[in-house]
Amino acid sequence: MSAVFEQIFQIGFLAAIIRIATPLAFATLGEMFSERAGVLNLGIEGIMLLCAMAGFTAASLSGSLWLGVLAAVLVGALMGALHAFFTVALGLSQHVCGIGVTLFSSGLAYFLYRLIFGQQSVPPSIDGFKPVPIPLLSDIPVLGPAVFNQFTLVYLAIIAVPLAAFVLYRTPWGLSVRMVGENPRAADSAGVSVIATRFQAVILGGALMGLAGAFLTMAQFNAFTFGVVSGRGWVAIALVVFGRWDPWRSAGAALLFAFVDALQLRMQASGLGHIPYEAFLMLPFIFTIVAMAFMSRNAVAPSALLKPFRREER
Amino acid sequence: MSAPLIEMRGITKSFGAVKANEAVDLSVAPGEILGLLGENGAGKTTLMNVLFGAYAPDAGEILVEGKPVAIHNSADALAAGIGMVHQHFHLAPRLTVLENLLIGIPGKSGRIDRAGGLARLKEIGRQHGLSLDPNLPVSALSVGEQQRLEIIKALFRGAKLLILDEPTAVLAPSEVDGLFAALRSMAAQGLGIIFISHKLNEVRALTHRCVVLRHGKVAGRVDHPAETTSAEMARLMCGHEIVPPTREVSTPGASVLTLDGISTSNHAGTPLRDVSLFVRAGEILGIAGVSGNGQRALADVISGMLPPRVGSMTIAGQTVAQFSPRALQALGLGRIPEDRMTTGLVTNLPLADSMVLPRIGTEAFSRKGLLNPAAIRAFAEEQIKAYDIRCPGPMVRAGALSGGNLQKALLARELAFDPKVLIVSQPTRGLDIGAARFIHEKFLAMRAKGCGIIVIGEDLEELLMLSDRIAVMYEGRIAGTLDSADATVARLGLMMTGAEGHA
Repeated sequence: MSAVFEQIFQIGFLAAIIRIATPLAFATLGEMFSERAGVLNLGIEGIMLLCAMAGFTAASLSGSLWLGVLAAVLVGALMGALHAFFTVALGLSQHVCGIGVTLFSSGLAYFLYRLIFGQQSVPPSIDGFKPVPIPLLSDIPVLGPAVFNQFTLVYLAIIAVPLAAFVLYRTPWGLSVRMVGENPRAADSAGVSVIATRFQAVILGGALMGLAGAFLTMAQFNAFTFGVVSGRGWVAIALVVFGRWDPWRSAGAALLFAFVDALQLRMQASGLGHIPYEAFLMLPFIFTIVAMAFMSRNAVAPSALLKPFRREER
Repeated sequence: MSAPLIEMRGITKSFGAVKANEAVDLSVAPGEILGLLGENGAGKTTLMNVLFGAYAPDAGEILVEGKPVAIHNSADALAAGIGMVHQHFHLAPRLTVLENLLIGIPGKSGRIDRAGGLARLKEIGRQHGLSLDPNLPVSALSVGEQQRLEIIKALFRGAKLLILDEPTAVLAPSEVDGLFAALRSMAAQGLGIIFISHKLNEVRALTHRCVVLRHGKVAGRVDHPAETTSAEMARLMCGHEIVPPTREVSTPGASVLTLDGISTSNHAGTPLRDVSLFVRAGEILGIAGVSGNGQRALADVISGMLPPRVGSMTIAGQTVAQFSPRALQALGLGRIPEDRMTTGLVTNLPLADSMVLPRIGTEAFSRKGLLNPAAIRAFAEEQIKAYDIRCPGPMVRAGALSGGNLQKALLARELAFDPKVLIVSQPTRGLDIGAARFIHEKFLAMRAKGCGIIVIGEDLEELLMLSDRIAVMYEGRIAGTLDSADATVARLGLMMTGAEGHA
């Protein structure tokens, strides 16, 4: 048993956690911004898939990875704007529109991918991002190679967490976001445009979901497959609740989930071969459900989540 | 008098075919407190929403300090120096006092300007004697404090005119005095104030001048409200004389409801602690108290929704064995809940369904285990006629009715079954004088028929008029019970703050 243990907890294990957590962190922060403004975005799964495809395609056609990232972010923002148009401008059901956005984006991603790349026996791949060691920091034992010898997008995710907290808690815009998510009428009577603030938050959220998608096809797998997102968007929605709509806690939740996911990957590879691998695959999701059941009882959602805002309504 | 701070000229606003405001003129001078008086639906709130930019008027103009301004939204109103304290507060409960103040205020170098906000808050505290802990979440504030925050919020944005929409509806008498003192001090410093109310005594006590609205039009202007009688102002408001009902002298019979040593475990709100009381047949017992002192738990226990932890209750001589609304109803209890819209009826279902809701499945409204729609409909139609409930018919969505008509419907559905005991909470809250009068008369008629009635309320004048005895609740206990002959608003007000206890 101890041999199995050693095999699991190597230095590479920590690096794997960080890598798995990165797209989840982007997606979770994106969903969090949207929900803090009062808009549930169930389009996240599809938006991530479409952005993963868009980023991959742009990078593959242009040869520039950063152009790919930009494409993913723009497509994410655009899909965010689409969701906001339905739910904020028209005030339609957030559940229904979110599912619609997911179905639409997924379908669009498959369709465009087929159109551009056709049917190939070996899926095309790109030369993805390479780890960029940070001088000095990457020499720190254990932590150095795990955290400071990563993709640039990983560093971006690490910076994104305090940045999101700063924006949300310290800037007037962040206060407006929190206010329209709690009591839009209060924001409105204070002269803040509820519609504009929600649009901005959902678009920012979509852009972050775009980064999550880009990471999958341009750093993690370097190819686009139909199952590339495989539920990570849905997980992010749970992680937002688990993280109580707070950037720091949400990032922590993403790390915790990544830990369980990395663990199960290693358990699959280790000597526990007599258990079907599907059992291990379930672990992170079982963990999520159990964690939610215990930890999220007192979690209070933004009061105006799911509630459309209309002005001249008595 | 100096030039008016705000002038509204010929304001007209229609909602569909209903004219909510018609050619209304109104002006406020600096340092003046203007009363805006009128019944529900008279158009007070609509008029103020026009001034605050929430509604666009169909005709008319608004002048600020003599210059015409266009107010399309609340941002315009704030920029013109108009601040509004809405009846339902516009606050985010989970954000702090300071965050609620700083919303919509541009930051300093990209950040929220906390230091500037704190300084401004302190200044307002010094100037007007209004202070609050800036770091508390709004959810930790009392209703009175939340209202203070709304006033501070308006001043924070440099309001020169403050509109208060029914500000006293949510306050205890002692808090009302504090509010009035603050408003007088603000007026003395040159602010203009519009005070909306349908309570005549308050308008007479506070305002310098008063405009009375009726059916959206100005029904009268009173230049010295303090020197005008309430009866005269009530006549302007309603268009006819209002005579308060009289309570005939009667001899109460045996006790129909007794609570003995009841305590409840913690639930939403203050729990009851060792509450004993009784109501006799043909008697009205008023329960006074600042809201949140256990009134909700009391109503929930008596109506069977909250089983007590210890103590016993008897209805018409029978000890209650099972605490459930149906069981108590079977013993002869009728109940009119505090919140018509949430616990009273189902707003999205037809009125008729709501009117039989507590008795669905009983013999009267079902046949062989199925609903009997004909009986339900007939019952509703009968009550609509008997209580003059104004509505298109029994199948209309309940939520479409006005508050007064809903309250009549709730009253009808209980009184039709001749309860021995009736428990009502805030029976006339939000109702206009006419509707309130109707409700009061029905209570007094039930009392004459030998029903025992418990009225939980915050309006002391109303309790004094209706009740034979008044019990005061404080922190989950009965702080004392007075015969209404011995009770005065001042004395009850003192007991409500826990200052005086009586056996």
